[in-house]
This record gives sequence, structure tokens and C-alpha cells, in this order.
Amino acid sequence: MVINSRFFNRSELIGFFALALVLFVILPLFLDIFRLNLVAKYLTYAFVGIGLVLCWGYGGILSLGQGVFFGLGGYCMAMYLKLEASSVANTKIQSTPGIPDFMDWNQITQIPLFWKPFHSFPLTILAILVVPAFFAFIIGAAMFKRRVGGVYFAIITQAIAAILTILIVGQQGYTGGINGITDLRTLHGWDIRTDHAKFILYFVEVVLLFGCIIAAQFIRLTKLGRILVAMRDQEDRVRFSGYSVANFMIFAFCAAAVFASIGGALFTLEVGFMSPSFVGIVPSIEMVIYTAVGGRMSIFGAVWGSLLVNFAKTSLSESFPQLWLFGLGALFIAVVLAFPNGLSGIWADYVQPRIDRLLASRKPKSAPGYVADGAPAE
Amino acid sequence: MLGDYSIGDLGAILAMQGFAGLILFSVYVLMALGLAIIFGQMGVINMAHGEFMILGAYVTWMTSNAVQHFAPSLFPGYFFLAMILAFIASGALGMLVEWALIRHLYKRPLDTLLATWGLSLILQQAYRSIFGAREVGVELPDWMMGSWPATDSIQIPINGMFVMALTMLITIAVAYVLYWSKWGKQVRAVVQNRVMAGAVGINTEKVDCYTFGLGCGIAGIAGSAFTMIGSTGPTAGQLYIVDTFLVVVFGGAASLLGTIASAFSISQTQSTLEFFLSGSMAKVITLLTIVGILMVRPQGLFALKVRK
Repeated sequence: MVINSRFFNRSELIGFFALALVLFVILPLFLDIFRLNLVAKYLTYAFVGIGLVLCWGYGGILSLGQGVFFGLGGYCMAMYLKLEASSVANTKIQSTPGIPDFMDWNQITQIPLFWKPFHSFPLTILAILVVPAFFAFIIGAAMFKRRVGGVYFAIITQAIAAILTILIVGQQGYTGGINGITDLRTLHGWDIRTDHAKFILYFVEVVLLFGCIIAAQFIRLTKLGRILVAMRDQEDRVRFSGYSVANFMIFAFCAAAVFASIGGALFTLEVGFMSPSFVGIVPSIEMVIYTAVGGRMSIFGAVWGSLLVNFAKTSLSESFPQLWLFGLGALFIAVVLAFPNGLSGIWADYVQPRIDRLLASRKPKSAPGYVADGAPAE
Repeated sequence: MLGDYSIGDLGAILAMQGFAGLILFSVYVLMALGLAIIFGQMGVINMAHGEFMILGAYVTWMTSNAVQHFAPSLFPGYFFLAMILAFIASGALGMLVEWALIRHLYKRPLDTLLATWGLSLILQQAYRSIFGAREVGVELPDWMMGSWPATDSIQIPINGMFVMALTMLITIAVAYVLYWSKWGKQVRAVVQNRVMAGAVGINTEKVDCYTFGLGCGIAGIAGSAFTMIGSTGPTAGQLYIVDTFLVVVFGGAASLLGTIASAFSISQTQSTLEFFLSGSMAKVITLLTIVGILMVRPQGLFALKVRK
């Protein structure tokens, strides 16, 4: 059995089942399909959050460019869907039938070379997994081998997010420009716009999310995860012990990139379009904030953080558009100043001990307490 | 592409593009100076720096309206008053922020980034609520309008020249303050060795507070200068923040000379490329070049050799 007491400790097991209960049973039962689709959209950020927990919480590498990988995954999926939606039959009113509509508007008459692989579904899936990992590898190898980290890494990843956004907006004919790739219809012949499809996609997404949670937990528990924590706290000591610090950092960064990319691809499927407004600096920092609010040291915390912050964002911006940004800003400041470990830290510090005490008083044998994986990175 | 222009035209275009680059350079330098003090000297990542700049811009706008309304005779000189007010407003806000927020986070530089990002959201929304979402522009006094014809085909706008002169003055003033004044020596001492600086009797907390205030105040002046070349909106600051960070990092974080050199090379590259390519591609190529160079030479152009 995968889930045994070694893979998840007791409190993590409770967290795992609580999350599974909420996502698989409670939310689908009580929400209408519109709200469920919104939850699905929020959960795509949870993928990014899980990656950030690995790379930032455990590895100490703060990337402000996760939107790049989210966008790469999203655009790969969107390109496949767009090519399928612009068959010759669908686009016969265009001056060049059979190419995406925005290319036609920009006087492009041929599908560009880098769009060609996205005719095939298996190649698209491969691209969603490989392209971001490849980019993350190049960025990571260039930076970590030269021992660039911390603040400089954050700023450079941020610049990369800015570059990609400007590039996408500027190259309208090839990327759809500021509007992004819209009007997506079918996935492999299956209409993704119906309520029924949205329902199924939601469950596909939750299953994938749990796959990612288990993968991240696996990485965390192997020796690799231990080295990541050691590296975050005492980089030089790990280096002097003979480990190649750069390679471990590159791995963590690539893993986070792949998680983000899966989230992005699902985002395209759930929402039905992809645009540069999910790539740039602002969305990238927001993704970091979801993770920080949920707890940078907790995989489940990242999921809850994405759900709760986005839920608050939607409901507050629906009813108090003026107040929302004040609230969000105050939330960041409060989380950073008072609760560096986010919601999961509050849970571990205040709620968990009480539950333990309650359980302990019922059972004579004392239960093992929650062991945090160390203080937040400096 | 070049065939349509004669040699003389090309020269004129290059000169004017170069001058446009110099104006961009001035804005970069003014913004980057404040950031170089805050980020380079104190190690704080201030994502709200653009919002401090915009505060200066709004102060300038309010001053221009107030002067026009109450003392129209002073209008030609209002700009100098506005600059001083902008410096004071942004500096005071900066000191308040340092006291309330930043001083708790000196040991966690990455967290200053998140907290100041939150601050920038709050400030943006505050500007939107107070001044409205529309961009505002100030009215320039007559003597700043128009341009100075250097030759028949080269026209140099007067407000641009004014901004450049201003930039030079402020740069010299900052260099003087940091490198020759007693207070500047204290700042550099605190940066190099906080514990030892405290031991010889420097009030390190006070120095931190004033340093942050100075950096934000210069951002306010940058905003003031910015109103003369562009209009001001609540989110205008965010457009410049990444560029400014790149300017500072590219120049070598702790070096003022490096900041100026990198602001010059970045702005000139961008404005020259802008003529040959579209604006967005010029920006992409400029930024990619910087990121590429930083990957090869992470310490930036002018690095201080410090033993760690």
C-alpha cells in the first residue's frame, strides 16, 4: 500500500483525507457547475503552489517566474485545442481556411513551424511536460552553477516573466497577442464547453492534483528532500559535504516548473482560453502569495491557500471591488510579518496541539506530535 | 529599410533617438538611484518603489493645480516647489513604512519582497480611490514647452534637457551625501558591518530609517521629473519596477557608478533598437541581453570586491 504510516505521518494522513473528502465529495455535491468550474480554475494554481512548496519552502529558491511555466503549459494546450478548432470546415470564411483566426487577421497564410507539433495530442502532452522542464533547466543551470541564488534569482526570473509577456503580446500573429488564444472548442473531438465536460474535467483535475501531491510528498521524503532542506539552511555545509548543490537546485526548480505547467494546461481546459495576463509578473507573484498564505512548508497548505485566497478574491471583488486590493495587500503584509508559515503554520501551532491533547486524553498512549520540517527560510 | 534615408537624415535620427534614450536614461537613473540605495546598500527588495515614484508624480500634479489656482504668478517656477514637496512626501512615507514594516524583516530579504508587494497593491488602490483611475498630466509652464533647434533637422525638447540637468544634479548630490558626508559614512559603515557599526556608537536603527527614507524621497523626485515626460496613472509605477531592478542588478548592486553606467547602456540600447524594430521587440531584445549577461556575469558590471 502506498499510503502507510511512513509515507504520510498521522496528521498528514488526516490532511490528505480531509482534502480528498472536500474536493471529491463535498464541493461537487454542493456547488452548481458554474462555481465548481471556478473551483477547478483555483485548483490549477494549487499545482503551481505544490511546485513552489518544493522549490521555495524546501529548497529555498524563490522563483517569481512561475507564471512563465504556467503559461508555457497553458499555451501548449491552447495551441493544440486551437488547431483542432480551426479545421478547414470551421474556418472557411477566412481568407486562408485551416489556420487559427488570429493568424488570418495578421496576414499570415501558413501555420508557423513551432505550431506544427501541436497537431498531435501525444506530442502536446509531451511538450507540456518537457518544454517547461527544458527552460527551467537552462535558467537553473546558468544561474545555480554560478551560485546565483536568493534575491538575484528572484529578480531574474521576474525579468524572464516580463520578457515572455512582452514577446507574446508583441508577436500577435504567432501567439494571439494580448487577447491570447481564445475560442477553444474540442479536445480530441470531445466538446469541452458543455457542463457535463466541465464536471468530468473537474474530476480529472482533482485526480491529477492528488497525483502531484503524492509525487511531491515522495520527493520530500526521499533523501533528496532532506538534502533540499539542508541546502536551504546551510548551503555551504552541504557543498562541503560533497553534494553538488547546483544539481539539486536545478532539479527542484525543474520539478516546480513541470507542476506549474500541468496546472497551466489544465487551466486552459477548464477556462477555455489562455492569455498573457496569466504569464506576467503580477500573476507570478500572486501564485507565490497563494503558497505563502497556505504555508510555504506544507503541500496541503498550498492547495488550501490557492483555494481560499482565490475564493476570497472572487467573492470580495464581486461585492467590494474597491476594498479587494486593500484586503489582498494587507493579507500579504500580515502573512509575512505575523505568520511566515501561513495557514498551515497557524494550524500546526494552535489547532493541532489541541486536537492532540483531546485525543491524548481519550487514549492513554500519547500520540506523536506534529513535527515541522524546520523554520522558514531566511 | 535604411535605403529611404539620406546620410544626413540618418545622423539626425540617430541623434534624436539618442536623445530620447537620454531622457529614458534620466528616468532610469532617478528611479535606480533610490533603489540602489535601498536594495544595494540595505539589501531590501522594495517592490513598492514604483508607487513611491507615483506618489511624487501625484504630489507634483497637486502642486501644479494648487499653484495655478491660488498663485498663478508663481506658475513658471512651481516645479521646484513641487520637487521639494515630492521628496518630503515620499521620504516621509518611506520612513513610516520602514518603521512599521521593513525593520522587522531585515533578516528575511525575500520576505521584504512579498510584504512590499502587498504595500504596492494598497498604495495603487489608494491612488485609484483618491485620484481616480484615469491618468493625469500636469501642465508645463511656457518656458519648458517647445524645443531647441540644434540644427535644421535636429530638435531637442526643452523639458527633456531640464530633466537631464536635474538628474545630473541629483546624482552628484547623492554621491556627495553617500561618499563624503558624515552621515553617508555611517550608512556605508552600517551596511558593511552592522554589529561593529553599532559598537562604535552609530545608531544603526536610525541610520536604516533615514536611508530608506532617502531612497524613497529620491523616488519621489523621479516621479516629479516623470510628470514632465509622461502622464501619471495609479499603475504607472509597476511598469518601471522590473526595468529598474534590472538596472540596479546589471550595474552591480552596491555601486553608484555601475548603476549609472548600466542605466545608460540599457536606455541607449533600447531607444536605438526601437527605431529599427517594433517597441516590444526592442524591449525583449534589451531585456534578454541583460539577462544573458547577468547569467554569465552575475555580479553585474561594477562589482565591489567584498570578503564574505
